[in-house]
Amino acid sequence: MTAVTPDTGHGTGHDTDLGQLAAAFDAAVAADERVEPRDWMPEEYRATLVRQMAQHAHSEIIGMQPEANWITRAPSLRRKAILMAKVQDEAGHGLYLYSAAETLGTSRDELLDKLHAGKQKYSSIFNYPTLTWADVGAIGWLVDGAAITNQVPICRCSYGPYARAMVRICKEESFHQRQGFELLMALSQGTEAQHAMAQDAVDRWWWPSLMMFGPPDDASSHSAQSMAWRIKRHSNDELRQRFVDIAVPQAESLGLTLPDPDLKWNEERGHHDFGAIDWAEFWDVLKGNGPCNAERIGRRRAAHEEGAWVREAAAAYADKQAAKDNGQTEEARV
Amino acid sequence: MTQNWPLWEVFVRSRRGLSHTHAGSLHAPDAEMALRNARDLYTRRGEGISIWVVPSTEITASSPDERDPFFAPSADKPYRHPTFYDIPEGVSHL
Amino acid sequence: MTGTDTTRDTTRDIPAAAALALGDDALILSHRLGEWAGHAPVLEEEVALANIALDLLGQARVLLSLTGDEDELAFLREERSFRNLQLVEQPNGDFAHTIARQLFFSLYQHELYGELALGDGPFAPLAAKAVKETAYHRDHAEQWTLRLGDGTPESRARMRAALDALWRYTGEMFQPVEGLGDLDWAALEARWLAAVTALLERAGLALPEGPRTGAWAAGAGRQGLHTEPFGRLLAEMQHLHRSHPGASW
Repeated sequence: MTAVTPDTGHGTGHDTDLGQLAAAFDAAVAADERVEPRDWMPEEYRATLVRQMAQHAHSEIIGMQPEANWITRAPSLRRKAILMAKVQDEAGHGLYLYSAAETLGTSRDELLDKLHAGKQKYSSIFNYPTLTWADVGAIGWLVDGAAITNQVPICRCSYGPYARAMVRICKEESFHQRQGFELLMALSQGTEAQHAMAQDAVDRWWWPSLMMFGPPDDASSHSAQSMAWRIKRHSNDELRQRFVDIAVPQAESLGLTLPDPDLKWNEERGHHDFGAIDWAEFWDVLKGNGPCNAERIGRRRAAHEEGAWVREAAAAYADKQAAKDNGQTEEARV
Repeated sequence: MTQNWPLWEVFVRSRRGLSHTHAGSLHAPDAEMALRNARDLYTRRGEGISIWVVPSTEITASSPDERDPFFAPSADKPYRHPTFYDIPEGVSHL
Repeated sequence: MTGTDTTRDTTRDIPAAAALALGDDALILSHRLGEWAGHAPVLEEEVALANIALDLLGQARVLLSLTGDEDELAFLREERSFRNLQLVEQPNGDFAHTIARQLFFSLYQHELYGELALGDGPFAPLAAKAVKETAYHRDHAEQWTLRLGDGTPESRARMRAALDALWRYTGEMFQPVEGLGDLDWAALEARWLAAVTALLERAGLALPEGPRTGAWAAGAGRQGLHTEPFGRLLAEMQHLHRSHPGASW
């Protein structure tokens, strides 16, 4: 057992009463103490975290695809550099998150296998296609904006490695949303065709972005327990509302409209009211019937399979070198 | 033959005068590649000037179950801390 | 259209032909590496390839800006006006092909920039920065060449095929580039060949046997003669920019 790959949390080495452990765990979490990899934790807590971190990591990795789709067509060298750096960050963030998940004793390979087999999910938003250059801007502004709204509270998540990964990710992602906003601004203030391209992208990405916060609170199966465990800090609907309130004035400064006739400020609530979300579409995309579900997974699987010989070669080389080094040590001893 | 590369822990020194701190982990087939991957992954924004990589399996950690016997005894020796001592007002450089 | 003039730019005393040659190399190779995004054999390698692509794109932007507007040069020139080596425009192929291309090119670029950094010509400041980047690119390619060459039978076969396939694009690299001063190109080539030979030997790979130039190849890219895949690369790269004449992004 090492500091980073604990046993799976059954044995404590002592005959301590499970109830006592659970009570101590609950108290520590309630007192906002952080849980670290080798601490005792309820199996359900571990499973919830692995599931959530895996889904989060998968989303970063799959999320590279819709944007990478435009790297080779970026319309200026400045935009090309920004987009490449952003897609690279997503690979990096996936790695931070897989690394955090591995502290719970689940290897990245296991998690990737589950992703490739369709047994673990990623954010449904990435099952929508990027049809024009403006989609790169809309993803940055809306999708990353929604993601950041979701992620900032996770920086205070009860599980230490997850919280630390999120701090790093949030810090790095601050440029992601800004570049998207700036990109859309340039289009919105550009030629008529560019403006139309920007508006069309926002029209297509707005509703899926709102769905990123997950089902409404009364239909969300994991929410209550996750809140109690301080893996989650705010409900889906709270975060969605926060995002809408932030996005509305931003859309105004962009000179773009949001595709919701019911969107208006509610003085009494101190929030914007917004129209009904099409949850049938959400569940349908989640089930695999979105425009790009098959392509996204297919491409990920292909990259993994086509890379197998490379990973094998490097592993074989390392084995040979280790054998050589051992041989030399043996000789030195003789 | 395995294609699963082992896990490495990465420690980064952010600038001269500071010690290496744990940055995270990554997979690599060997130490040389682990160093390079760590450079690419954990110092993309100029976060480091020196990197250590250690196979995760080579780290021996204290057990959380023994947290109390291991660390509690050091908590009751306040005389190890400067704030334990009363110094009259006006005395400086102490 | 400005910037296609390959004579000396008298306003800033920058040899335009040389800026275009070096800038186009970096631009086109960066573009090819960008195609790997989402396809790399392992996630760590996504990050590594993107780092190299970003370094190269940075070099390209500096170099092209020395002689004109970077975007006009990148997006509005026709195929025959590009001055990059044919090597860098070759398709990614499998990972071994990409590594072989990286190996040949980064060794060349590292030697060349090392030389330019020592001089006091107009490219010395850029070369001084770029030589550090290319040292890393070279190291990356060398590490992978060793692992693929001395890894599994499959990786060795793939690496050998890749080296053989790209070998005929390597002769062009040492055709003198106008405007780079009095470089000793023969010495550069000798150092490059020695480095390749030594590394392939360590990797247990034979030096490819075929000619290093073909009927087309000697200096062809530098004169604006390219290979078929290059036209498709440009079509993809330039399409959006060209579809909106005069727009800013």
